[in-house]
Amino acid sequence: MELVPVLARWLHFLAGIMWIGLLYYFNFVQVPALKAAAADNTAAGITRHVAPRALLYFRWAAVVTWLAGAALLGSNFVPAFTLQKGFAGIGIGAWLGTIMLFNVWALIWPNQQKILGLKPATDEEKNKARRVALLASRTNMALSIPMLFFMAGGLTHKAAFGL
Amino acid sequence: MKNPLDSIWGTIISGLLLTVILYYAVKSMLM
Repeated sequence: MELVPVLARWLHFLAGIMWIGLLYYFNFVQVPALKAAAADNTAAGITRHVAPRALLYFRWAAVVTWLAGAALLGSNFVPAFTLQKGFAGIGIGAWLGTIMLFNVWALIWPNQQKILGLKPATDEEKNKARRVALLASRTNMALSIPMLFFMAGGLTHKAAFGL
Repeated sequence: MKNPLDSIWGTIISGLLLTVILYYAVKSMLM
């Protein structure tokens, strides 16, 4: 038993569950909860105490997931990312995961910092940030569906492709 | 046209459709 792939797979799953679990929490729970909370002026509890903590684990779990995934691919990293024969399935999964990581750090986090008041922003900038962060988060939720299909299929479930 | 990503169900259906499209794309790469 080789230790690195075993530990990398374990870490990839642990961090991936935290990342995607929090992504689904944001989309299924927090966004509708904030809408309801805005109606009775209780949103501050979520934006001040819950969202910053959730975002902390969310963005760093994304990094750990990607790094553990890269370690798990090992020498298959380049064949996967260049979609070489036999690696296209896991390669598509890896690309989707990479796009999602980009969305977290380049779109969701910088805009959430404005929304939560961690970075100065005018009301107009905050409104724009809300829209961009929501669409980036929803994009990641949509991408997570094929990403998990190809990740779970990975290199092993060749039957799904009739091989 | 409404953006499908504005609703949870629109997002899920978009993800499922993308899965089917990518599945056939990958399958054609393997053949």
